[in-house]
Amino acid sequence: MQSPILQVRELTKDFGGLRAVDRVSFELGEGESVGIIGPNGSGKTTLVNLITGFVKPDSGEVRFRGKVITGMPPYCIARMGVARTFQMARPFYNLAAYKNLVVPLFSPRVRSLLGGGYGDRDTVALDLLEEVGFERDSSVPYKPASVLPHGYLKRLELARCLAIRPDLILLDELFSGLSLAEVASTVPIIEKLQMEGRSLILIEHRLRELFRIVDRVIVLNFGQKIAEGNPREVMDSDEVKRAYLGTEADG
Amino acid sequence: MRSRGSGCTGMNKSRTRKERVDRGVKARSEDVFALSSWREILYLLAPRLLPVLVLFLLALVLPVYWKKVLVSSAIFGILAMSWDFLVCAGLVSLGQALFFGVGAYLAGTFHHLWGWPWWLTLPLASLLGGGICTLLLAPVLRLRGIYFSMVTLVLPLMLVRIIEATKALGGTEGLSGIQGFPGLGVELVLSVGMFLAALFGYRRILGTDYGLVMQGIRDNDRSVISSGINAHWFRAQALFLAGCMGALAGAFMTHAYMFVGMPVFALDYSILPITAAVVGGMGSIAGPALGAFILVPLSEALRALGALRIVFYGVFLVIFIVGLPEGLFHYLKRKYHQFERWTAVES
Repeated sequence: MQSPILQVRELTKDFGGLRAVDRVSFELGEGESVGIIGPNGSGKTTLVNLITGFVKPDSGEVRFRGKVITGMPPYCIARMGVARTFQMARPFYNLAAYKNLVVPLFSPRVRSLLGGGYGDRDTVALDLLEEVGFERDSSVPYKPASVLPHGYLKRLELARCLAIRPDLILLDELFSGLSLAEVASTVPIIEKLQMEGRSLILIEHRLRELFRIVDRVIVLNFGQKIAEGNPREVMDSDEVKRAYLGTEADG
Repeated sequence: MRSRGSGCTGMNKSRTRKERVDRGVKARSEDVFALSSWREILYLLAPRLLPVLVLFLLALVLPVYWKKVLVSSAIFGILAMSWDFLVCAGLVSLGQALFFGVGAYLAGTFHHLWGWPWWLTLPLASLLGGGICTLLLAPVLRLRGIYFSMVTLVLPLMLVRIIEATKALGGTEGLSGIQGFPGLGVELVLSVGMFLAALFGYRRILGTDYGLVMQGIRDNDRSVISSGINAHWFRAQALFLAGCMGALAGAFMTHAYMFVGMPVFALDYSILPITAAVVGGMGSIAGPALGAFILVPLSEALRALGALRIVFYGVFLVIFIVGLPEGLFHYLKRKYHQFERWTAVES
C-alpha cells in the first residue's frame, strides 16, 4: 500500500445506549478505493459522518494525510479536500441545476486551488454538469433542481461533491434508486476519478457494481468491522454471509 | 380559476387546457440576456423603474396625511424586506421588533446623551444595531427552524422588561425631545430612498454568487458545509445585513416621532413583516415590500371602523392567504413573464 491518505483508529460512537460504530480501524492508501458494506443499521453512514466531522466520535481518531482531523468542524475538513455525498440527495431546490454548483464553487478551497483565474463560476458549473452526464445543449442544466428526476439529482449530488476538487471522496449509496442504465453510465465517472488518483470510499448496497470498482471491501455489522480484504474472499467468509443474508444462508 | 400547469384535464371532460407560454426575453434564456431592441430593454427595465416612478410621484401628489402614511409604509417595507432577507438565508425570525427596537433606542440614546444630529445617528444606529443584534443572536445561530424563531420571539420581549425594570434609557417614560427631520420633504425623500436602496440592494445581493450560497444554506446547509463553506459565518453575515436595515427602520421612526419608548419592541413590529410577506410573497424581497405598501395604507384606511378595524384587517389577510397563497408578487411576476392561452388537448 502507498502512504495512507486516511487512517481511522479505534473509532467509536454511541447514540444513547446504541453503539453505532464500535472500535473501527482501517487505512486507505493514496489513490485507493475501498467499499464499505454491511446490513442496514450497521453504522456505515455514521462512519462517514464521523470521518467528515458531521458527528463527533466518543473515542478514537481520524487522520487525514497524517494530520488528526477528529474534532475539527466539518467545513474545515472539507476545505482540506475531503468531500462526501449524502445518501438522500437533497439539492438546493430553488436554484437552477448549474447554480447548485456555483454554491460549492464559492468555497475558499476552490478559490485557493485555482486562484482568481478560473473565470466565470457559471461556466465551470456547466462543465462539471457535463462531466456527470447532464446534456450540455439541452435545457436540463438550466432547470430548477426541484423538477429534476431522481437520477439527475444523484448525479448533481456527485457533481457538487466533485466541485471542490477533493482528494478523498466518500460516496454514500450513490447508486441507490438508480436504474441499471443510470448505474452503468455512472460507473465510468467513478473510474475516471480513480484514474485521476483520487481516493474513494464507497458505501453501497449494489454489491455487483461495487466489487467491479473497488480494490478492497470492509464489512460492518452492528458497528463492528467483521471482515476486510479482497471482495471475493470477503464474501466467501461465513461470518459475512451470516451477517448479510441471515443465519439461514449457511446452507 | 387559476389552474397550475397543464391543469386537470384528466378529471373533467374538457378538451382544452391552459398553456403557459414564456414571453419575450425570458422565453429564450433564463438569465443570459441578449438585448437587441428597445422593446426588450423596456421589458426588462419597466418592472424596475415602475416602483421608483410611482413612489416619487406619490410623494409629490399625496395630501399631507397620506404622505405620512407613505413614509411609514416605506419604513415598514424596509423592516419587511430585512425579514425576508433572513428567510432567504434560512432564518425565520419571529422578532423583527428586536432589530427595529435596538435601532430606535440607539438613535434615541445618541441624540439624548450627546445631541448627535439625525444624519449621524441614522447610519451609526444602523451599523451598530446590526452588530448588536448579530451578537445577541449569535449563540443561537446554530439552532435551526422553530428553535431559532422562538429565541427571536423572546428577545425583544425580554429587552423591554429589562428597560422597564432597570429604568434605563428613560424606563417606561421613554426618551422624548429627539430631533425631528427638518421637514416632511426630507422625511419623504429619505424614507423612499432608503426603501429603494434596500429593495434593489437586497435583490442584487441575492443575485450574486454570494447570495446563492445564502439560498443554498436555506435549502440544505449540510451540503454547503460539506463544500468547505462555513455556514454559520454566512448566517451571521445575513443576520448583520438584515439587522442593519431593521435597525435603520427603527432609527428613522425615532426621529420621525421625535420620541422613542418601550412600544418599539412591541409584537406588532414582529408580526407586520410576516403578514406583509404573506400578502406579497416570500423569498423575493420585492414581495414583502409590496405587502407593506398594501397593509400599512389599508390599516390607515380602516381606522374609521374603530374597534372593528382589526377584524376587517384579519378577514382581508385570510382572503389573501386562501386566494393567493403564493403571494401577490410571485403572481404578478408570472403574469408578466408568461401569457396563457387555451390549447386543444388530444384525448
